[in-house]
Amino acid sequence: MLLSYLKIAWKVLLRRKFFTFISLFGISFTLMVLLVVAAMFDHLVGAHAPETRLNKMLFVNFMHVKWTGGGNMNSPPSYYLLDKYVRPLKTPEKVAVYSNFHSTPSYVGNNRIDLDLKYTDDVFWQVLDFAFHEGKPFGESEVKSAARVAVINRATARKYFGTDQGVVGRTIEVNQTNYRVQGVVEDVPAMRFSSYADVWVPLTTSPNDLQRVQLHGDYAAIIQVKSEADIPAVQAEFDQMVKRVPLPDPKNMKYMEMHADPLLASFSRQLMNPFTNYSSDGQAVLFSILSCIALLFMLLPALNLVNINVSRIMERSSEIGVRKAFGATSRTLIGQFLIENIFLTAIGGLLGLILAYVALQLIGGSQILAYAHFELNWRIFSCALLVTLIFGVLSGVYPAFKMSRLQPVQALKGGSK
Amino acid sequence: MENMLTQTAARPLPTGAPLTATSQPVIHLRDIEKVYQTKTIETVALNRVNLTINKGEFVSIMGPSGCGKSTLLSIIGLLDEPTSGVIELDGRPVQSYSDKELAYLRNQKIGFVFQSYHLINDLSVLDNVELPLLYRAGVGGKERRERAYAALDKVGLSARTNHFPSQLSGGQRQRVAIARALAGRPEIILADEPTGNLDSVMGEEIMDLLLGLNQQEGTTIVMVTHDEQQAHKTQRLIRFFDGSQVS
Repeated sequence: MLLSYLKIAWKVLLRRKFFTFISLFGISFTLMVLLVVAAMFDHLVGAHAPETRLNKMLFVNFMHVKWTGGGNMNSPPSYYLLDKYVRPLKTPEKVAVYSNFHSTPSYVGNNRIDLDLKYTDDVFWQVLDFAFHEGKPFGESEVKSAARVAVINRATARKYFGTDQGVVGRTIEVNQTNYRVQGVVEDVPAMRFSSYADVWVPLTTSPNDLQRVQLHGDYAAIIQVKSEADIPAVQAEFDQMVKRVPLPDPKNMKYMEMHADPLLASFSRQLMNPFTNYSSDGQAVLFSILSCIALLFMLLPALNLVNINVSRIMERSSEIGVRKAFGATSRTLIGQFLIENIFLTAIGGLLGLILAYVALQLIGGSQILAYAHFELNWRIFSCALLVTLIFGVLSGVYPAFKMSRLQPVQALKGGSK
Repeated sequence: MENMLTQTAARPLPTGAPLTATSQPVIHLRDIEKVYQTKTIETVALNRVNLTINKGEFVSIMGPSGCGKSTLLSIIGLLDEPTSGVIELDGRPVQSYSDKELAYLRNQKIGFVFQSYHLINDLSVLDNVELPLLYRAGVGGKERRERAYAALDKVGLSARTNHFPSQLSGGQRQRVAIARALAGRPEIILADEPTGNLDSVMGEEIMDLLLGLNQQEGTTIVMVTHDEQQAHKTQRLIRFFDGSQVS
C-alpha cells in the first residue's frame, strides 16, 4: 500500500510541476535558513574544540553595576576582581583568567598585519583543549616570571613566518614587544570569544596595571568544575562571594552583580537583560523568542502549502471518491495524503539540507567570520528532520481532514457540495 | 403512495437468463427519500422508494435524466445517505453504520462500474484493478496481483496490465473498470450507465461481459441505463420518473 501511495505521490509531483516547484522551494528555502541559523548557533555555543568540555565549564564574562543615581554599567570584570575573589573559590576545580582579545599591529617587513592578542594565565591551557600543531603552551613559571613567550595559531604562523612548520623558538613581534614562539595551535573560530585569538601571551606581560583596584576591566574567567553535579554548589559559592565584594565607591554604586553561567546562559543573560534585568540568565526568554520566530518563519510556508494542498487534493476528488467507493475509510485516506505530504516535505527537506550545506560552505569559505568552520552535524540534521516532519503534518492535516469529510458521491462528482 | 416491489414489471427471462437468481433478498429499500435542500429550493430526488433485489438478479433501472436513478444507485452502494428510509443489505439495516463499517461493506460486498470509468490516471491498469484489494485486510501483494491478473484476463485485457488509462480506448477503460469491480469478487455490482460513453459495438461487448458475470458467477447486478435494448436483456426492468418508481 505504501508503495502505491508513493507511486501516486511521485506522479502527482510530476504532473503539477509549478505547484511542486513552489512547494519544494518554500520548504527547502525555509529549511535552509533554519539550518544555517542552527549551524551558526551551534558554532557559537556548541561544544567544539578547544571548548570541548562545555558541560563542566562556567563563564564569567560580565559584571553589572547599578548606580544610586540611576543607570547601569555593564563591563567585563577587572583582573583584580577575578584574581582576588574568583580564583580563591573553594568549590571549582580550576579557574582560568584571560583578557578579551584586541587587535594589535604587527609587521612583516614593511607590511602591517593585524593580529588579535589575548593575555592568559597558564590554567587557560588546562581547561581548554587546544590542538597543538607543534610546541606546547606556556606554564605557571613562565606566567609568574612574565616570560616573553607566545602561542600562535597556524594562520598567524603562515602570515608572519611564511610557514607553519618549525616556527617554535622563532621570534614574533606583537604590539611592539618581541615574543618567542612556544607553540602553534590550530586556528580557533573568531566566534568563540573566550578561546579565540591569533596570539596568546602570559597575562603578566600586559602593559596594564593588573592589580589596580577596580571592578570593571577587560578580563574574563572560565571556571572548571569537577562534575556537572557540582555546578549548583559552585554557582552558590560564587553568588555568596559576589555579595561580599566591597564596592569601591559605595556612595555612587548601589550594588554589583556578576554571574558564573554556562556558555549559552552567559550570552543570553547579556542579550536578554532588557527583559530580565539580570534577574535570571534569560535562557527561557531567549528560547521563547527564538521559538516564536522559528514558528512564524515555518508557519508562512506551511500556510502556503496548506492552500496549495487543498487545491491539489480537491482536484483529485474523483480519485478520493473511487477509493472510498472501493473501501477506503476516511482515516485511510488521511493517512494516504499525510504520507504523500511527508514524502513531498522529505524531498524538500533533502533539498534544504543540500542548500544549507552549500550555503554554509560558501559562508565558511568567504571568511566573513574568521576561521569559521560550520558543520551540519547530527544535532542539526535531527533538527532538520523534525522540522520537515512538522512541515509535512502541518501542511497535510487540514486538507486531508477536509477531503475525508466528503461523501463518496460528492467526491465522485468533483467535490462540490 | 408506496411503490411496492409487487408493482415492478415481472418480465419473462431473456434467452440465456441465469439460473442463479433466488428469492433471497440481498438489497432491500424501505421508504427511501432523498431531498436536496438549498437556501431557496427543495428538490425531491427520491420519493418513498421501496425496492427489493434478490441474490443473483440482474436488474436494470431506466428513466429520464434527473429522475433519481443514479441517486438510487449511490444510495444502494452506500456512497450517499438517504434523507429518510431504511436500507438493508443481507437483511441488516446499515443506517447506523460508522464510516469504517460502511467502507468495509463497500469493499467486501459491492463493486462499482461508472459511466465515466473513474480510473485513477496516475496508476497503471494493474494498479487500478488492485485497488479494492488494497483496502482488504489479509490480502498480500502476491495475491493482489494474481487476482488482478485474473480479473483482467476475464475482461480480455491481460496484455494491457502495464498501460495507463490514457493509453486505452473508451471500451478498454470500461473493461478495466469492470475488472476492478470484479477483483474484489463482490456479491453485488452496481453499474451506472456502463455503456453510456461507448459506441454500440463496445456497448454490446460490455453488456455481454456483465451478462456473463451474472449468469456464470451469480453476481447480483443493478444497472442504470438509457438503452432500452440493453435493459430488456436483464431479468427485471424498473422505471423511474420524478423520483418515484413507476413500473
